[in-house]
Amino acid sequence: MSVVEVIPKAAEVPVAEARPVEAPAVRVEHLVKRFGPGPVVLDDLSLDVTPGEFVCIIGASGCGKSTLLSLLAGLEQSNSGTVSVAGGRAALMFQEPALLPWLTAAGNVELALRLRGLGRRERRADALELLRLVRLEGAAAQRPHELSGGMRQRVALARALAQRSSVLLMDEPFAALDAITRDVLHDELVRVWRETGVSVVFVTHNVREAVKLGQRVLLLSSRPGRVIASWPVDIPGDRRIESPPVAALSLEITDRLREEIRRHAA
Amino acid sequence: MRPDEVRRGSSALAEREPAGDIALELERGLDALDPPVQQTGSAWRRRVGTVLPPLLAVAVVLAVWQALIWAEIKPRYTFPSPGDVLATLVDQWREGTLLEAIWLSLSRGATGFLLSVAIGTPLGLLVARVKPLRTALAPVLSGLQSLPSVAWVPAGILWFGLSPATIYFVVLLGAVPSIANGTISGIDQVPPLYLRVGRVLGATGLRAARYVIMPAALPGYIGGLKQGWAFAWRSLMAAELITQSPRLGTGLGQLLDTGRQLFDVSLVFAMIISILVVGVAVDRIVFSPLERGVLRRRGLLVE
Repeated sequence: MSVVEVIPKAAEVPVAEARPVEAPAVRVEHLVKRFGPGPVVLDDLSLDVTPGEFVCIIGASGCGKSTLLSLLAGLEQSNSGTVSVAGGRAALMFQEPALLPWLTAAGNVELALRLRGLGRRERRADALELLRLVRLEGAAAQRPHELSGGMRQRVALARALAQRSSVLLMDEPFAALDAITRDVLHDELVRVWRETGVSVVFVTHNVREAVKLGQRVLLLSSRPGRVIASWPVDIPGDRRIESPPVAALSLEITDRLREEIRRHAA
Repeated sequence: MRPDEVRRGSSALAEREPAGDIALELERGLDALDPPVQQTGSAWRRRVGTVLPPLLAVAVVLAVWQALIWAEIKPRYTFPSPGDVLATLVDQWREGTLLEAIWLSLSRGATGFLLSVAIGTPLGLLVARVKPLRTALAPVLSGLQSLPSVAWVPAGILWFGLSPATIYFVVLLGAVPSIANGTISGIDQVPPLYLRVGRVLGATGLRAARYVIMPAALPGYIGGLKQGWAFAWRSLMAAELITQSPRLGTGLGQLLDTGRQLFDVSLVFAMIISILVVGVAVDRIVFSPLERGVLRRRGLLVE
């Protein structure tokens, strides 16, 4: 990772308008979702994620962020519109690590590999490799309850990567962790993302987290959910969550989010 | 290494240090500090802690029993002393009758229990997963569980005569509902999150059942097996007590009834104690370790 040299103001950075030549990793077009006869949760939502891109989606509670991820993961069916994910299935990480308690850390990763049809020997080697990637090769034989919250979430990351999907969906995966652990996991995630080249769609309600991690931050409106604003994040080098450029852009995005929430007061 | 305050306080300083190393050290530090502390008591002390209290309880019961004998609240031929019962047990053991009776009952109990597992498990799986079957059979299974299985003995004798078939019929009707209900509640208690994880990883249909639902339901299922054994054993004793026939041999229940017929109250007490001891021993030797093992591996056991 490079050392920060100059930290330009976010506004001064020219926005690179690189049009993707390759097919997008995720393409959502005119997506509509409602649950039964209830209100429309997502309305005419469209978005593209380019291969290898890190996109963060923020929005108020209940704006349909998680629903969007469920639709992308194929856990829910849309009412209309299309969702396509490169390679078919996307990997998904939840707010809870959701490790299966009867399996060891390595066993959890191996289950994902087994369900992809890998043989025993290959599974073992791959699982250890993935645990090494999240720096947990020493915890391979441990059970989830013997690990800390941060370690569990790293095992969950390794398990999600074991799906070898080109798209990784993350639903507030660090929301339940303490601040220091969250910081460490942010760095870990960015490192893993750089090493694997996977596209990430990261949903959070924490604006600073979104700015720290993402190359692009999308704001979802509430009732109905739609992409109403988009910010490219061009902060070179290592971003710390406390650093001024992160704070400055976060402030701008937070103001816009508040405006969106106030709109519902009437 | 620099003190933490300095590193966190000044970003200029942080920039001069290799960022990767700091992140790595920070992570290693958290990994070392964070994990839940595992309790490690001495194995010997734990064993004493689990063995001593029950022994003490037995000693208290024996003391109260002996005190009642000394108080002569009942004539001796209706209420034997611990010493009388012990003498009978030793006699029966020497003659070989006791061991034979225990072996016969235990092997019947084991056969009946295994049959019940073979029937109760698929039944429970079907009732848990198939909606119409559930609506139809779940109340019947709960009802059967509360029906004392002795009630089936007369019907069994009418249908199968004084044969082992009658005994197994009663044992099955006692144990199958317990095992089926244990399976059902085990499956009902599988957290929906695990099913979602399974679906994301590609486990649907039978693969979901094999890799997610069945392992997740294991603690509830083992609880059902444990209860199934208790029901099988007590149904077996009820059946043995009522069905006296040379064709059926002499199990613990039959020996108990022999004691009643001979007005040998020491034998009656000796058999009650034997039945109790065998039932508890099977639970302690087979089911409790199984259950504790499963719970411990999942971090669900508080010691």
